[in-house]
Amino acid sequence: MNNLKITTNLLQPTDDLKRRYRAERWFRRLGLTAITLSLAFIAFLFFTIIRDGYTAFTQTYIELEIDFAETAFTRENLAAADYPGLVKQALRNMHPEVTGRNNLRLLYSLASPAAAYKLQDMVEADPRIIGTRQKVWVLADDDVDMLIKGNSDRNLAESERRITDKQLEWLDGLREQGRLEKRFNKTFFTSGDSREPELAGILGGLKGSLLTLLITLSLSFPVGVAAAVYLEEFAPKNVWTDIIEININNLAAVPSIIFGLLGLAIFINFFGLPRSTPIVGGLVLSLMVLPTIIIAGRAALKSVPPSIREAALGIGASKMQTVTHHVLPLAMPGMLTGTIIGMAHALGETAPLLMIGMVAFIVDIPGTIADPATLLPVQIFLWADSPEQAFTEKTSAAIMVLLGFLIAMNGIAVLLRKKFETKW
Amino acid sequence: MKVKSLLVASSLTLVMAGPAMAARDYISIVGSSTVYPFATVVAEQFGKTGGGKTPKIESTGTGGGFKLFCGGVGVDFADISNASRAIKASEVKTCADNGVKEIVEVKIGYDGIVLANAKTAKQMTLTRKDIFHALAKEVPDPKDPTKLIANPYKTWKEVNSSLPDMPIEVLGPPPTSGTRDAFAELVLEQGAKTYEWIAAMKATDKKAYKKICHSVREDGAYVEAGENDNLIVQKLQSNPKALGVFGFSFLDQNNDKLQGSVIEGKAPKFEAIADGSYTVSRPLFFYVKKAHVEMIPGIKGYVTEFTSEKAWGPEGYLADKGLIPMPEAERKQVAADVAALKPMAAK
Repeated sequence: MNNLKITTNLLQPTDDLKRRYRAERWFRRLGLTAITLSLAFIAFLFFTIIRDGYTAFTQTYIELEIDFAETAFTRENLAAADYPGLVKQALRNMHPEVTGRNNLRLLYSLASPAAAYKLQDMVEADPRIIGTRQKVWVLADDDVDMLIKGNSDRNLAESERRITDKQLEWLDGLREQGRLEKRFNKTFFTSGDSREPELAGILGGLKGSLLTLLITLSLSFPVGVAAAVYLEEFAPKNVWTDIIEININNLAAVPSIIFGLLGLAIFINFFGLPRSTPIVGGLVLSLMVLPTIIIAGRAALKSVPPSIREAALGIGASKMQTVTHHVLPLAMPGMLTGTIIGMAHALGETAPLLMIGMVAFIVDIPGTIADPATLLPVQIFLWADSPEQAFTEKTSAAIMVLLGFLIAMNGIAVLLRKKFETKW
Repeated sequence: MKVKSLLVASSLTLVMAGPAMAARDYISIVGSSTVYPFATVVAEQFGKTGGGKTPKIESTGTGGGFKLFCGGVGVDFADISNASRAIKASEVKTCADNGVKEIVEVKIGYDGIVLANAKTAKQMTLTRKDIFHALAKEVPDPKDPTKLIANPYKTWKEVNSSLPDMPIEVLGPPPTSGTRDAFAELVLEQGAKTYEWIAAMKATDKKAYKKICHSVREDGAYVEAGENDNLIVQKLQSNPKALGVFGFSFLDQNNDKLQGSVIEGKAPKFEAIADGSYTVSRPLFFYVKKAHVEMIPGIKGYVTEFTSEKAWGPEGYLADKGLIPMPEAERKQVAADVAALKPMAAK
């Protein structure tokens, strides 16, 4: 008893206390460092994507004077005329001093193959322009575009450039005459995939994503909500319900490509649905998203306090009325949040689509759910694999659009949750 | 009541949608990822000039493409299969077993495989024997050339004293790639054959022969860089000591940053590959189901576009994308066979 020395004094912190405070400070610093580091990585990611992609929103155009000579067309078949020939003639007229096969090829390669398509569209829209001369702004070739945007360095030695010195001379001449300019890249948002980078756009991918997600939402939301309500409110607590619960929880963690294999085996081979269409894509993605919606729905239903249910039953509502008129509306914000997160997950999926044929080169914009289509993440994947250097900026720009959509969707989910959250 | 009618309506739509979609009006093409860049250009051209709906092209790989192609005849199955090698006899048999009897083989041109490095480094001059020594899993022991040992060479100088003293680092395709198979067959196998006893093994023990010729070292000198050739191009630029294996079209599109190594005395230039003097090149094909030509509109038009001079000729748009055209006589012959839809002879 006498050996007990009084060592504590509230005004003097002991070593033990100091050590505890120090440990707490270090823990806080570690947490802060971890968060700062992750934010720095995210900032770096966004920075590199935006740095690589912002130039894709402008495109270089060249003004050519095209002579729609009567002799080049036959009235019966306007599509068969030699439109590339008209473009080549216009370029030759601008620089009549250029001779020799190699030099002419360099001259012709200043304009994109898209120029011929533009002339074809012009003639088919208004055949009366045949016989006139028109000033037409056409897309420049993707190598020219890269040079004008500064993505390829004009100060390097000629052998290290894709644009030769002669072509640089002609381009500078065009710029002085005011026939070379950069415009907003509308084509990026209005056209589908293409092998020429200057013609490639995300409209096909966006529309395909929209149609597929529409089907996914319309299939997975009702089924998911109904399953969550049944499992939470009506299912008896027996072995069968346990098995169903375990399976749903497991399915949420299954790699997404398995759903693609399932889609291939059942929807395409057994039911005979057409390959590469949004309907099959939507079915596969809805299977993938369903466990997420069910789990989120059950959590939302669990969070509604039992007093609400008891009060409803107490004033004479039936079990069905309690659930549909009282519990479900209160749990709906949580269910919506889960659904939006599931949709955002489905928007970015590529692996399951590989098995059902949606990773393909599809130029036409899909019209209905039965037309072949591709999705935005797939489009990004295909462009990342192409050899033309101009596709690098297009890939980054498409990633920016996709990330924008994902952030917007997740933002809406957070807003909804905040707005409708009821604090019990 | 409302829920029930909704369920009935949606299930009816799904059931009716199946047969309604049976009338496919676009061409479905599958197959090689090497032929994909060329087929897509022709498809886009065909679609834009009013030939019909733009064909849908999937890059499944040559083997995967044949599996889908040989599945049967009908709108549920692919019409055309692209291939970076000729169809095997076993694949023809699978096709015949599933009802695909008449196949038209169309050779479209050649593709070169290059071993490239960054322009900032020195251009390498190699023989196929050097490459075999540098990359094979097992090589003949330098002290006793009749025995095989695990590859001991660490630098290019050890392989051949005239080469620079840099560590061997080659980025190349994985075993699933057709390019890897072609590289093994055209370079490693030819390099191995310079040893007479290995060449003799081809007749006596085919399995062991294939193992020696086609196995690539796994100790880190050969790095599998995936199917993404753009990634290999980027890595070569940042590491001038490394070399990369990929198709000629990638070298062509990046000729301001990369240079191909000289193999057997020839640099990989368009003309050298076209006349066969650059030895590392292989023919590319596509195969058409004759039975589908009547069923799906536009197949004849697409095939005619592909075999026209403005596509596959030396001045054509496919040559601009890196396809090496066949000699003129061969082009004329194949175009004539295709116009008549002559089926392949039995293998």
